[in-house]
Amino acid sequence: MFVKNTIAAIATGLTDSGIGIIRISGPDAVNVGDRLFRTPSGRSVLKTAESHMMLYGTVVDEEGTVVDEVMAVVMRAPRSFTGEDTVEIQCHGGVLVMRKILQVSLRCGARLAEPGEFTKRAFLNGKIDLARAEAVMDVIQSQNEYALSASVKQLRGKLSEVIKKLREEILYEIAFIEAALDDPEHISLEGYRERLYEKINDLLNRTESLLKTAGKGKIVREGITTVILGKPNVGKSSLLNLLVGEEKAIVTDIPGTTRDVLEEYIDLHGIGFHVIDTAGIRDTEDKVEKIGVMKAGEYAKEADLIIYVTDSSVELDENDRKILSFIEKKHAIVLLNKSDLGTKVSEEEFRNFLRDVLPERKDIPIIRTSFTEEQGLEAFEETVREMFFQGEISGNNEILITNMRHREALQNAFESLCLVKKSIEDGMEEDFYSIDLMGAYTEFGKIIGEEVGDDVVEEIFSKFCMGK
Amino acid sequence: MAEIHEKVDVCVIGAGHAGCEAALACARLGLETVIFTVSVDSIALMPCNPNIGGSSKGHLVRELDALGGEMGKNIDKTFIQSKMLNISKGPAVHSLRAQADKADYSREMRKVLENQDHLTIKQAEVCDLLWQDLCGEIDRTESKDPSQRDKKIIGVKTFTGTVYECKAVILCTGTYLRARCLCGESITYTGPNGLQAANYLTDSLKKMGIELRRFKTGTPARMDGRTIDYSKMEEQFGDERIVPFSFSTDPDSVQKEQVSCWLTYTNEETHSVIRANLDRSPIYAGIIEGTGPRYCPSIEDKVVRFAEKERHQVFLEPEGLHTNEMYVGGMSSSLPEDVQLAMYRTVPGLEHCKIVKNAYAIEYDCINARQLYPTLEFKTVKGLFSAGQFNGSSGYEEAASQGLIAGINAAMWILGKKQLVLDRSESYIGVLIDDLVTKDNREPYRMMTSRAEYRLLLRQDNADLRLRKKGYEVGLICQKQYEELLEKEKLIHDEVKRLKDTFVGANQEIQSFLASVESSPLKTAVSLAELICRPELSYTSIAPIDPDRKPLPEQVIEQVEIEIKYEGYILRQQRQVEQFKKMEKKKIPENIDYDDIRSLRIEARQKLKLFRPVSIGQASRISGVSPADISVLLVYLEHYLRDKKETVDEK
Repeated sequence: MFVKNTIAAIATGLTDSGIGIIRISGPDAVNVGDRLFRTPSGRSVLKTAESHMMLYGTVVDEEGTVVDEVMAVVMRAPRSFTGEDTVEIQCHGGVLVMRKILQVSLRCGARLAEPGEFTKRAFLNGKIDLARAEAVMDVIQSQNEYALSASVKQLRGKLSEVIKKLREEILYEIAFIEAALDDPEHISLEGYRERLYEKINDLLNRTESLLKTAGKGKIVREGITTVILGKPNVGKSSLLNLLVGEEKAIVTDIPGTTRDVLEEYIDLHGIGFHVIDTAGIRDTEDKVEKIGVMKAGEYAKEADLIIYVTDSSVELDENDRKILSFIEKKHAIVLLNKSDLGTKVSEEEFRNFLRDVLPERKDIPIIRTSFTEEQGLEAFEETVREMFFQGEISGNNEILITNMRHREALQNAFESLCLVKKSIEDGMEEDFYSIDLMGAYTEFGKIIGEEVGDDVVEEIFSKFCMGK
Repeated sequence: MAEIHEKVDVCVIGAGHAGCEAALACARLGLETVIFTVSVDSIALMPCNPNIGGSSKGHLVRELDALGGEMGKNIDKTFIQSKMLNISKGPAVHSLRAQADKADYSREMRKVLENQDHLTIKQAEVCDLLWQDLCGEIDRTESKDPSQRDKKIIGVKTFTGTVYECKAVILCTGTYLRARCLCGESITYTGPNGLQAANYLTDSLKKMGIELRRFKTGTPARMDGRTIDYSKMEEQFGDERIVPFSFSTDPDSVQKEQVSCWLTYTNEETHSVIRANLDRSPIYAGIIEGTGPRYCPSIEDKVVRFAEKERHQVFLEPEGLHTNEMYVGGMSSSLPEDVQLAMYRTVPGLEHCKIVKNAYAIEYDCINARQLYPTLEFKTVKGLFSAGQFNGSSGYEEAASQGLIAGINAAMWILGKKQLVLDRSESYIGVLIDDLVTKDNREPYRMMTSRAEYRLLLRQDNADLRLRKKGYEVGLICQKQYEELLEKEKLIHDEVKRLKDTFVGANQEIQSFLASVESSPLKTAVSLAELICRPELSYTSIAPIDPDRKPLPEQVIEQVEIEIKYEGYILRQQRQVEQFKKMEKKKIPENIDYDDIRSLRIEARQKLKLFRPVSIGQASRISGVSPADISVLLVYLEHYLRDKKETVDEK
């Protein structure tokens, strides 16, 4: 892969605020800025812009679509925070907008900054005094550890398996080529070109579909952990299915169908949600279900947002009281579902019930819905958005960064595989393939936090019988 | 007892491939040098395969030659078959391999040594190294344990009691230290080929605080050629046009008649003989304690580890022109003699074979090379260098390369000049040494092309362009050779420029030429270089539309063509190299105290203390040191350097 030495990141906090700043720093910063910033008359001017002069204009993406109205400033080396050429884009402070501008800058040739990297560069370029050196080192290490643990936490399960599989297959191909190069008299590459071509197309397809889901938020796992709670058979799984847009949870009329926990990553108007559908909670003798109930409680503790679903066609009971206690200190929304089946519990009644259980919580929105008739969903989504943009709920900044990193790595891996394909099409010799295969292998490794080390040599010896 | 007391500059212990290069380098740089060997008749002995080079090893020999080493010249004098491997693949992985006449190879190298000024050959076993503590001077360890203190070498002592006072010692003991050969149940305490082992030096090294370990390797049997039925084998020829190893050898002078090698295969019968007798293999019986290499496994290893393979290739290679002995490549073994014979006789063509020399495994003492700087000097003993199998590598070429570098650096140190460290972006030799001193190698290390991350730049064809200048600066390449290099560089540069600047239009002549070679017609004017980039065209094939072309040497044309055809890939690697170099240039002071860097993770701190890397780049390649640790280290170093500068300023 090309080595990118110009870095970018959101410099302000990842909460909604008046102004957000995206900082781009490094030898290529001005070029990157120039590619995405336009004056009101549509010109690219940053390359010739005077240092430290605020310019008004817009950020545009590759298609020329305007992302936001912004102020841009070029700070030429060494007169900047990092001591390098720096471009700062001041935009409207929405998380979504900041994220979009950052992504445009990554596509324009910057790479995502490592934790603490701006500060590190500032220090190395003599812009920060010695007293802060120790602090800088701590920040680097702790942020890195946090990012790693966050990254690993997000990636238990399916996605990491998919990536591991891709890596294994790529490694095998690299080892095969390398073994043949090292021992041409024992291992022949005849017909390999055609075989690899098919393989690469397969790998490209699989990577591309990962990339697509990344856009929707399945891999970009930032943001808001949302837990759906409620008694059995009130429609929790139906809600999940509606949000995801496909039948993931098994929905039946039998209470307790969801016996374990289902997780999905969804994108609601540009906000990423990690939605967890829990088993219904009630007093139960069923062991399997009991575990599910315990888990639901645990997830509720981790949640940024709880959606409490209740069946408005039946009376409230002790179980409701019990579950509502989970949301004591959490941001929450109550959905009075099954409005189509007649109303036993009105909003008024529920509000009173809630006051009784959680006297402190008068702020919780209550919305009437019918999932089977798809009623009330818009109001629900609107409420969620408002909560987000008013800063009531927010995800974790670091997690957002690792996720962006995942997407970047995935994109790089995809590009490396494209280069392999191109090498094959151009009739290059086999030894050229393994160079970019290695690039893809390395990038996939970044997603699951694995380094390359001696993997190739190990694979060669374990899979191929070498000569002499 | 009256001891003889000699005074020299450098003592080289061992006269194998590493020792020869080390000794020649020192002597050629004007230092009085003694080379010790247990047997003068075994100088530059090839105790295993009868060839030099091969994939990536060929690169090493070319690099060695570019720097002023001897191996390339010596094999050019003594080869009996030559082949460029991987010729159908990219130029980066083309690699030369030549079959040697072993006796000739050894004799010719001995002649070179014998006729070298300032060089003395001495048949003697060195038993002791003599040293002094460096108390107070540059001792950074301040340890109470004398073996842990920093020292300086002052001489060696032989078995017969003679003392050679010297400034530097280069250890090139190969597989001789406490060597033990195993052939089934029969064990002999000898070096390779029944030669005398060196049993005393290990203790002396241990006293100095040097940690030793035990590795193992093996060699197949040698057959009486008269008992082999070649009609059952496939003949393997050499190349029609022979490319010499050395850049100084005239290609026309090496075109000669070649001998063939022969290919046959093992079969199920072979494998069942082996399986039935596995319990008698010293490895599987647990008698062998050393770690063997996975890349040249014994035949019993292959059969066990790759049980699904129905057959394995076997190459019969001549040991020389004046012997009937044939080397049985692919079937090294430590099984007992009777099993060996039964096993070999199942192979087509070997049904009636007679074994001249049995296959055997050999165990020997060597070091973990992390105790060395990239200059191949011991971190704790000034003036003590080591090279070759003693450093945990395997192979003649790996040994010779290290020998040359150790020799050069011992000499540079004595002469007070800048030492030579090649990095990973400059040479396979750099990759080899960096891997040895930076990675935790658990088996004898062999060069492989996959180990070189910038291999598009590290081709065997451009080894002179990469390294000759360094050889000249060191003093092993003469003025004339250097000027020839500059001339070659200029010719390449000018011709590439001309081809990029010469445009041809879409006229009738060009279009019909392109049609005649089945290349698509032009839409606009293009440069000649762009035409050469087309897969179906080459520098030679476009000659008809390039009338201004001047005649150029073959090697220049080759470089021009590669530079143009692979420009995109080469540029990408060059950009990576720039990045890499930045990290290599950031040096870590020798007396850095890693315990003082609070934010380092414990694992990273332990590894850094163990390896004591010389640069940030080297530190980043140590397993267990994360990118975040490197960032922390960078910040600390900056802090440290500024602190130091301030103290200096205050003074």
